[in-house]
Amino acid sequence: MTAPSRRTGGSPAPAAPGAPTTPAAPVAPEHEALRGLLGAWALRACRPDEAAELERHLADCPDCAEEGERLRRAAARLTKADPLDQPDGLRQQVLEFCLARRAPEHPLPVWAAPYAAETARLDALLRDLGPQEWRELAELPWHGGTLRLDPAEVLCHLAAVDSLLAAPLGLPDPLAEQDRVPPQGGGAPVPEQPRTADELPPPAPGRGYPHARVLQRTEQLILDQAGADPQQVRRRWRGQSQALLRAVGPAAAGRSVDYGFASVPLHDAFVDRAFETWIHAEDVARAVDYPYAVPSSGHLRQMVDLAVRMLPLVLAGQRQGAAAGAATGAAEVRVLRLVIEGPAAGEWLVPLDGTAPPGPPAEWTVPPVAELVMDGVEFCQLAAAHRDPEQLPVGQYGDRASIRALLAAVPLLSRP
Amino acid sequence: MTAADWDQQMRSRLARGEESALGELYDQLSPLVHGLAGRILGDEGAAAQLTREVFGHLWEHPDEFDPDERSLRSWVGELTHRRAVDRLRRADLGPEEIDRRTAAAQAQYVVAALPPGLRETLETTWYDGRSCQETARRLGISEQAVRQRLRLGLQLIASELEFGS
Repeated sequence: MTAPSRRTGGSPAPAAPGAPTTPAAPVAPEHEALRGLLGAWALRACRPDEAAELERHLADCPDCAEEGERLRRAAARLTKADPLDQPDGLRQQVLEFCLARRAPEHPLPVWAAPYAAETARLDALLRDLGPQEWRELAELPWHGGTLRLDPAEVLCHLAAVDSLLAAPLGLPDPLAEQDRVPPQGGGAPVPEQPRTADELPPPAPGRGYPHARVLQRTEQLILDQAGADPQQVRRRWRGQSQALLRAVGPAAAGRSVDYGFASVPLHDAFVDRAFETWIHAEDVARAVDYPYAVPSSGHLRQMVDLAVRMLPLVLAGQRQGAAAGAATGAAEVRVLRLVIEGPAAGEWLVPLDGTAPPGPPAEWTVPPVAELVMDGVEFCQLAAAHRDPEQLPVGQYGDRASIRALLAAVPLLSRP
Repeated sequence: MTAADWDQQMRSRLARGEESALGELYDQLSPLVHGLAGRILGDEGAAAQLTREVFGHLWEHPDEFDPDERSLRSWVGELTHRRAVDRLRRADLGPEEIDRRTAAAQAQYVVAALPPGLRETLETTWYDGRSCQETARRLGISEQAVRQRLRLGLQLIASELEFGS
């Protein structure tokens, strides 16, 4: 097909032979103006008064009537058919098929793949949202409260935190333009923050709170994008996520991301962003009453693994807060065996007292004080504070108190 | 980045073997490819298979696409269309049945192949049911420009459809 290069119509028809000659007079300007409306008219996108005027003109002007008829026929062929839903997992299936036929010279690191997949899944959900649905409010619970945001604001939140990954990838800060307004507290990275001060009340953006940096950037972007068309917000978020993926390479793995409350290795940050993208996509899907599938098993497993590795920090903070006085044996090193079932199946050993036994987990010889068995998706939902730890179906063996403490600590991994 | 730049860059990234480019390509074009395949083949399994094939082909032979000649969208649309029809022929479907199935998909494909500005304007107005005024505001262009694009877009579609049938 060569559609774009073939010009059709558009020029006024030559005057019929024998028509009264009006050599100098150009085509009536009114005729040209009305003729310009034909496309909009054929698509029923004119104002009613314009349409009425054009239709009066059509009765007198065979040229315009003919073109109008032709464009109406073309418009009738345009179907408003819904885009076909892609079956779950098609993206991964197709990519795997391609990569098996030709190995990539520049493969995407395994830790970046979940982010690529989850941003694509969210984008596909957004593609289907109608104007009304862009106005719904989604609830984004975390362990200290619930944010209520419309889908475009959810995208601002995601983009604001995602943008923290730009600097370690050597990209300019996408929010830098708005940094002209100096953030409260001078905007210096918050130093020496306790990493696990999660018992704090729902924070107002400010210096003292662990999530200040994340929230400040979210608020900044929401303000900046207020009143913007949701599709524009979507394009901005999508463009940014694609730029991050384009910039990623194996060399980037050693760098770290400054979240304000913690410095996170870049490869973990990518998994964290995939996790939050999935959870908030589901928050949006729930608000608009759409189904939303879970991540692929390999990606889910990376998310579970990251959450498990973060758990000791939270547990340590919880102990400091709750039992500062209770002396525990200095040599005590207790671990719990976490058995994840379902698509992300696997086993992890979780140190319960902040300190881990020496050596890598594979070499730990301490017998676990308890074993907790649960589904991987449910574990992630719990880590996002989207489940009640008391209500989860879990298998438990051994020391119940340790299991309860662990289940209570998992939601503390969540943040606004 | 303009659509033409994106096409150009995509081709060289695919040629360099960047896996992130393959993902981006899929995300951008799979609704078109899978939608066309599904509409023409009328079978979910076959549509998924054809989607794999089309992206596999492009990933293996990115040089077959010439960005100076046409847009990547229209090239991929035509490749999908052609391969879907081949499949129907191999399945011994009669020409009338093939025509019937492709006619429905044709309009979709013709829209997909429009130059990006025209396509965007048409989609915003028609698929989303907006007036010219709303479309103009949404796209940040004048109402006059919206009217011009709608007319030119429909003229192109009309001639493609007349030519193709």
